[in-house]
Amino acid sequence: MSRYVGLDRPKGPGYFLFWKTVFVVLLLGFMSFVYVASSAVEYVWRWERVPQYFWLQEDVDVRAEVEGELASIRRDADSTVLTITTQGHEQVRRLPAGAEVHLSEGDYVYQGDSIASYHQSKPGVLLDGLWITLKVSLIAIVFGIVLGVATGLCRISVNPALRWAAITYIELIRGSPLLVQIFLWYFVAGTLINGILQGMGLGAMPPLWYGVLALAIFTGAYVAEIVRAGIQSVHRGQMEAARSLGLGYGQAMRKIILPQAFRRILPPLAGQFISLIKDSSLLGVIAVRELTKATREVVSSSLQPFELWILCAVLYLVLTFALSVLIQQLERRALR
Amino acid sequence: MIKAVNVNKYFYIPEELHALRDVSLEIAAGEVVVVIGPSGSGKSTFLRCLNRLEYADAGHIYMEEKDILDPKCDINKIRAEVGMVFQSFNLFPHMTVLENVVMAQMTVRKRSRKDAEARGMELLGKVGIAEKHGVYPDQLSGGQQQRVAIARSLAMDPKVMLFDEPTSALDPEMVGEVLDVMQNLAREGMTMVVVTHEMGFAREVADRVVFMDAGQVLEVGTPEHFFTSPQHERTKLFLSQIL
Ligand SMILES: Nc1ncnc2c1ncn2[C@@H]1O[C@H](COP(=O)(O)OP(=O)(O)OP(=O)(O)O)[C@@H](O)[C@H]1O
Ligand SMILES: [Mg+2]
Repeated sequence: MSRYVGLDRPKGPGYFLFWKTVFVVLLLGFMSFVYVASSAVEYVWRWERVPQYFWLQEDVDVRAEVEGELASIRRDADSTVLTITTQGHEQVRRLPAGAEVHLSEGDYVYQGDSIASYHQSKPGVLLDGLWITLKVSLIAIVFGIVLGVATGLCRISVNPALRWAAITYIELIRGSPLLVQIFLWYFVAGTLINGILQGMGLGAMPPLWYGVLALAIFTGAYVAEIVRAGIQSVHRGQMEAARSLGLGYGQAMRKIILPQAFRRILPPLAGQFISLIKDSSLLGVIAVRELTKATREVVSSSLQPFELWILCAVLYLVLTFALSVLIQQLERRALR
Repeated sequence: MIKAVNVNKYFYIPEELHALRDVSLEIAAGEVVVVIGPSGSGKSTFLRCLNRLEYADAGHIYMEEKDILDPKCDINKIRAEVGMVFQSFNLFPHMTVLENVVMAQMTVRKRSRKDAEARGMELLGKVGIAEKHGVYPDQLSGGQQQRVAIARSLAMDPKVMLFDEPTSALDPEMVGEVLDVMQNLAREGMTMVVVTHEMGFAREVADRVVFMDAGQVLEVGTPEHFFTSPQHERTKLFLSQIL
């Protein structure tokens, strides 16, 4: 449990009972303070409204947008297609397969008439945002590891071009705020890259990828330093033993040094990746609808900031906690 | 087998130091050469120059006629032929004993896992530690670790074995088991260069003894010569201190 147990007189059972109670009382006190304070500003808690932002369940009433004749109703495996003809002009409405159509072919509809209804069940805004956050973070973590290991190896190379390139990259990235880097990637690099892509007749790269790029390159610089420290923490006798068996530098790195370094750098890596998940909340500024931006949008339409921001924080907590459990598991397995 | 000609080595950090001064030595196949000398005399440095863990600054070192200081020489190939045993064992802690012995056979010698494991077990048996093949190095005693390290080097079927104070890090009661393994190896005709302070080993096993001091080879001779009628004052002084 604690590191220094046994250096002082053993604590009696009353000691633990008392301080555990103190903890629970403090916790309850804090929660009731929040509740009382929110009552004081007349905040109405409406937790029951929150689930819909997670998973949307609603009955949608489809109304005609134009006046005309319902020319055809076609049903196939995954959709129901309604065609309404207005003065020779056709309007097509595509509804889900299970939609219930209230009219039959040939009926005449006026604008605003209810023509069909269906039940909709899909992920809500917050779940969408959570998914984007997860996706962005995972891709950035993967690229960050690759970039970081490569840079870390360059950082300790004897080749000046490689070493100086690594140092320049690391210092540049660590020396400016992530938010500024995101702007640079999106508004500066993005303009150039999209210009080139358009010149080649390709579409623009979506903002999400600029976000991933910014995060991966940011994380890569930190991972590189962690990897370098990890490699240098492996006793040099290991490299000498491996090389004197006839292994090349790359083989010795792969088989002997990196596996040992990997074990030692797992805890700092975990910390770095948890930071990355949290930093992905900055991507809202370049129109990536990740969890924070999604929450902000919902808050402004629902006017329930307390519940939603608390929920948002809890969702991040779930992600980061899952990651740290995962890495702890890896660590335990890598212990050998 | 090995021929070192006027080998010089300098260190510049932390200060300039002429660590090897015109060291020349020829070692025939099957010969056991023991290198002795006071601390800091350059014994380890010389040994490490022989498989280029240190790059000699001047002179020539030939391994079976191949000049290992030649930039065109494939050092990895040479090193596979030259086993090295360190004072601090340097076993790979993330691998089991067997894995330690098998790894280089597969990556360098391109043996199949089956062949490599068979050879590995054979050698672990030879150094008397076969029953421990599944454990990790930190679960072994120092003497056991050093024997595994010897087996790991032997697994490459080297032509020469270099030992750098293989028993100096061991508790006294474990020195014997390692020296026994080395003695057996010498009896089988392995070419060996051994840096050690174990004078008993030098007397019994060595074909020749080399005395180094201050980066120079001061005296070379048979064990009888050394232990009965050393020539140099420095040699006499050293032997009187150590015996
Ligand atoms: N990598 C190095 N950098 C700088 N100086 C070194 C290095 N390796 C050895 N030296 C120096 O070179 C000299 C010879 O060292 P060496 O290790 O060869 O001595 P040794 O005879 O093996 O001594 P010992 O019996 O203590 O092992 C010493 O003065 C040592 O400080
Ligand atoms: Mg030494």
